[in-house]
Amino acid sequence: MAVSGSAEFPVLTADFNLRRRKLKSRVMTGLTMACAVLLIGILLAILLYISATGIRQLSLGFLVNNPKPVGESGSGIANAIVGTFILIAIATVIGLPVGIMAGIYLSEFASSKFGRVVRFLIDTLTGVPSIVVGVFAWTVIVHPMGHFSALAGGVGLAIIMMPIVARTTEEMIKLVPHSLREASLALGAPVWRMSLGVVLRTAAAGVATGAMLAIARIAGETAPLLFTALSYNYMSTDINQPIASLTYQIYYYAGSPYEEWHSMAWAATLVLVGMILVINVAVLSVVRRRA
Amino acid sequence: MASSITPPNTYEPAGGPGPFPSVGARTRALFPSGFGDWVFKYSTLLFAIGIAGLVVAIIVSMAQNSTLSVAKFGWSFLTNTTWDPVHEQFGAAAFTYGTVVSSVLALLFAVPVSLGIAVFLVEQAPRRLSYPVSFLIQLLAAIPSVVYGMWGIFVLAPLLRTYVYPPIQSALGFLPIFQGPTNGLGLMTAGLILAVMIVPIVTAVSTDVLRAVPDTQREAAFAMGATKWETTQVVLGAARSGISGAVILGLGRAIGETMAVTMVIGNRPEISEHLFGPSYTISAAIANEFTEATSELYRHSLVELGLILFIITFVINVLARLLVWTVTRGQGSARA
Repeated sequence: MAVSGSAEFPVLTADFNLRRRKLKSRVMTGLTMACAVLLIGILLAILLYISATGIRQLSLGFLVNNPKPVGESGSGIANAIVGTFILIAIATVIGLPVGIMAGIYLSEFASSKFGRVVRFLIDTLTGVPSIVVGVFAWTVIVHPMGHFSALAGGVGLAIIMMPIVARTTEEMIKLVPHSLREASLALGAPVWRMSLGVVLRTAAAGVATGAMLAIARIAGETAPLLFTALSYNYMSTDINQPIASLTYQIYYYAGSPYEEWHSMAWAATLVLVGMILVINVAVLSVVRRRA
Repeated sequence: MASSITPPNTYEPAGGPGPFPSVGARTRALFPSGFGDWVFKYSTLLFAIGIAGLVVAIIVSMAQNSTLSVAKFGWSFLTNTTWDPVHEQFGAAAFTYGTVVSSVLALLFAVPVSLGIAVFLVEQAPRRLSYPVSFLIQLLAAIPSVVYGMWGIFVLAPLLRTYVYPPIQSALGFLPIFQGPTNGLGLMTAGLILAVMIVPIVTAVSTDVLRAVPDTQREAAFAMGATKWETTQVVLGAARSGISGAVILGLGRAIGETMAVTMVIGNRPEISEHLFGPSYTISAAIANEFTEATSELYRHSLVELGLILFIITFVINVLARLLVWTVTRGQGSARA
């Protein structure tokens, strides 16, 4: 019964001191838990700091007023909130249908080889740095048009959104039982009606979940907006003009030398993070209940 | 070994395996010929190719918009450390250095912690604890980059400047990497912020990879009398290549990260061995200077920086996906 260590089994080298091995095991497993505790601690520290600092400046006026020069009271971020929603709307209008159609293609029609290439490129797009997407949106929209615009920012965000939506749609549609497809085809429905009316509809909740997560993701993006949507100091709803956004406003205020603007940045952060976390928690708890 | 794990086939009819291998193939087999269906199929194809083609479009448009700097500086753009907009001398080396060093620092901090969390989630935590813990870790990924930047400037940097960097410098100051300014904004601070930002992705992919290791490996180790930790070592060994994939995916994220780094790295384009001192990254340079680029050459140089960043992250992502795929066989590839 020689369990001596050898080159093939480096882990089981002969340490016959069981107590020492058990102690080591306990220490190491304890350390793994410590890692989890550490990161959760950091998360809570960040969230608590944002809440505690942001709440001081937060008021109804802050949410409904437009920005004012330093020193004037009653400054707010209404234009940035509206701007963020407009940017999200543009991105969703472009990104959602494209992403969903691509997802349908990947799960329903793609042959395994070609499908793998397309899927691979779509996954690659997810890994493209958002600042690069911003430069791309600048070269294809801002540069030819000659001015910054909400449209360019929305397109940049749509590019980030599309691969996420496509892949979640594909995964969700794959979960639809095949018997449903067969049943609808047996009733004489053409494939397009089967795909849109039966398969996509059955997977609708899952697809919506993916879409909400993608929206939460783009709501927090700053880099693609820096040289596309830029910013604007007043309320604007014109998609052909620069537009304010929460993330840009936070970046701008944080980089300023004014104490007052710093606290406005924290309050805007609280609004933004609150919005994003509410979406995430809501979506993930719905997913969990179904799982 | 890994081929023995097959993903559960949820579309299998009750009567056993059907005649067709996949949903796609079955749909094609059931395809009744009709013009509407033809249009539908090819329009979905068009959108799919549209998204995939964006990758190509990004490369092409960036290449077109960096021709001036490519023509003027050639390959020396990569090795030149000067970045002087006034005299129109541009080189990427200082930015590449800052990008690589801050990302490697981030990996040094993030990888051990992420692996610890992944091992905890897969090998130790009971299910009812494992779910909320991984949920909270994933929430870290939901916090926007600019918010990490805020937290970095106003909370982390002052903390490090006051309580962490000075003691390290007085104890280990004989090492050149710990010399230099310690005002809180610099490579090390950027590395720490990046580490927190990439922990969720490294943890998520490592968790997938560890879950894909067959239970027979664990049972065999336990049967040999291994302790819990020794069994974990066996599992980690079996998941080696997938874990390297997770690490490289994290590296790709760190390299492309923009806002948080721009806000805390100090923005000084020079190569310096001082880890506490300021530096600059490719992404930060683009973020700060793109709208201020007054001349064509200046702008083309910035776009070329973007092209370099794109190529680096592209190569890294391809490598990472291949490595993860060798372990999970596509199960975890939806992570991104």
